[in-house]
Amino acid sequence: MVKAKKGKNARSEELLKKIFTTAYKIRVFETEGIKLYRRGLIRGYFHPYLGQEGIATGVCAALKEGDFIASTHRGHGHCIAKGADVGRMVAELLQKETGYCRGFGGSMHIADISEGNLGANGIVGAGTPLGVGAALANQIKGNDAVTVTFSSDGAANNGTLLESLNLAAIWNLNFILVIENNQYAVSTTIGESTRETDLYKRGEAIGVPSFQVDGNDPLAVHDLTEKAAEMCRKGEGPVLIEAVTYRHTGHHVNDPGAYMPEDKKKYYAERDPVDRARAALIEMTDLSQKDVQAIEEDIAKEFEDAVAAAESAGEVTVEEFHKFVANY
Amino acid sequence: MPDRELMYRDGLREALEEEMARDETIFILGEGIAERGGSYKVTEGLLEKYGAGRVRDTPIAEAGMIGVGVGAAIAGARPIIEILYVDFAMLGMEMIVNQAAKFRLMTGGSGRVPFIMRTQGGTGGGVAAQHSQSLEALFYHIPGLKVVMPSTPYDAKGLLKYALRQDDPVIFLEHKHLYMTKGMVPEEEYIIEFGKADIKREGTDVTLIAWSNMVPRTLEAAEELAKQGISAEVIDPRTLSPLDTDTILKSVAKTNRVVIVQEAVRRGGVASDIASIIQEELFYELDAPVQIVAGLNTPIPFNLELEKASVPQKDDVVEAVKTVLHDTNQLAAE
Repeated sequence: MVKAKKGKNARSEELLKKIFTTAYKIRVFETEGIKLYRRGLIRGYFHPYLGQEGIATGVCAALKEGDFIASTHRGHGHCIAKGADVGRMVAELLQKETGYCRGFGGSMHIADISEGNLGANGIVGAGTPLGVGAALANQIKGNDAVTVTFSSDGAANNGTLLESLNLAAIWNLNFILVIENNQYAVSTTIGESTRETDLYKRGEAIGVPSFQVDGNDPLAVHDLTEKAAEMCRKGEGPVLIEAVTYRHTGHHVNDPGAYMPEDKKKYYAERDPVDRARAALIEMTDLSQKDVQAIEEDIAKEFEDAVAAAESAGEVTVEEFHKFVANY
Repeated sequence: MPDRELMYRDGLREALEEEMARDETIFILGEGIAERGGSYKVTEGLLEKYGAGRVRDTPIAEAGMIGVGVGAAIAGARPIIEILYVDFAMLGMEMIVNQAAKFRLMTGGSGRVPFIMRTQGGTGGGVAAQHSQSLEALFYHIPGLKVVMPSTPYDAKGLLKYALRQDDPVIFLEHKHLYMTKGMVPEEEYIIEFGKADIKREGTDVTLIAWSNMVPRTLEAAEELAKQGISAEVIDPRTLSPLDTDTILKSVAKTNRVVIVQEAVRRGGVASDIASIIQEELFYELDAPVQIVAGLNTPIPFNLELEKASVPQKDDVVEAVKTVLHDTNQLAAE
């Protein structure tokens, strides 16, 4: 079968493979992670990124080495898309010493500065000033790195968004604010939270080039981010991207999401970002269904291995903890 | 090289100038700090010397600028955020308390936050309730923050230079009454490490502990007490977090009497914590209960006489010393 890979919308196999692999890896991480949570292996909070995979995947596929991201409480997907090691992520969720934060941080605080990940964050809205700060640090150091903050409709009504995006604007920083509009602030709908539900307009109001994109379309997200990053590196930053999406689940694993109407869930399920990434890969490359299945099996295996390794890993001792905090 | 007499604000400026020359990742954000040189002239001349990239005026957006500073620090730069009044820092408390202070622990030690907030507090001639507070206890309460409160030009310079060479978030609290005060500062390079108290005056009868603008006031009280034959030792912790408890306890073990002087309100203050440490460690060495001379539990009123009545004055310190000595005499008489 000859595929339409030379068509107008064609992308390189490398990119399509990367996008599908990332999106699927997030899907597995969250789906299997919830099972670990139910088994009592993961404690505390767990905010699944299910349904929103297209955004982190598309955005990070457009970034270069040396670029930065800042994430949210719903941050597993961002970490994976930025290239985090699944083994160290699982270990962190299982509070093991081999985790990214040696078990001191957990789900809401995974960070890896050396890889440009400023971290997930337990405070909604906090990532925007932090990301702008990283962009400022890079401007002062004189490099052309771009910083992306993943934010949300919930955070869009927080004052620090205006304050810090405005600072990014007056200083022409290489900063991209991605507002993931999943239409709920915990359980409160976007319509109840603001009169202007087109959130990209918040950027326009302060002179920031702003765009809206279908967040469930990873390729569209990728293309727009690539354009935004180019604009930044040409000195036309910052840029705001509103990516509209919808969660598969409630706010966290213990929220059944009873307030989410079935017809809306169905609408977005039919536009599932992982399915779309898979379909694009099969349609636009020579890869067969079987090849894709092999990729999926590898990812599932990687997660299983990560859990096995984490389960056998040790934890930071109370004595080590006392040493750590001695100068606090 | 001889020492020179410098003003507190000049000591601060020299620290910034020298450290910015040493480390190109140091930059300053604040309101009116670039061309105007800051409300207290601390940053005067830095724009010309280091350019608009590293010395930037900001809009009036404290939460945003403090947050941006924290982000820049996490990403490997060394920001100094100047906040006009410590009262205004309250707008950025989320970023200080939940982000800067916690990042090192939350990342298991891999993330560091070399963020400095310079600001000033204290009463000062009728600037009323929202421009007069002494809020060090709020920051002292938060694990992960360093709290620095210099009282002299020498300490201000040395501590600020050290702040710019270490990797934890620093709340650098100056005092609006101290900027124009003078003191000797050496020409040659020096730094003052955190957690090292300074004995501002040696004595044998009573230990007085004070910081920031209460240091010169306490020294005046000590001078007056000396005239009455009472020898007071005055200790300035210089940094409240970390706190040099060794120097404090050594002095108290010698004098057996303590008065702690703080401008901040009494309730929930740093003085209470220092008192608790002293009684825990040296209860049986004390010849009198630890006395605290502190601000009244009140917002600062505008009226100058009421403002004065809200914070410790020299006579309050003298009286407290008499109390700890009097108690001793009573005990001896029994």
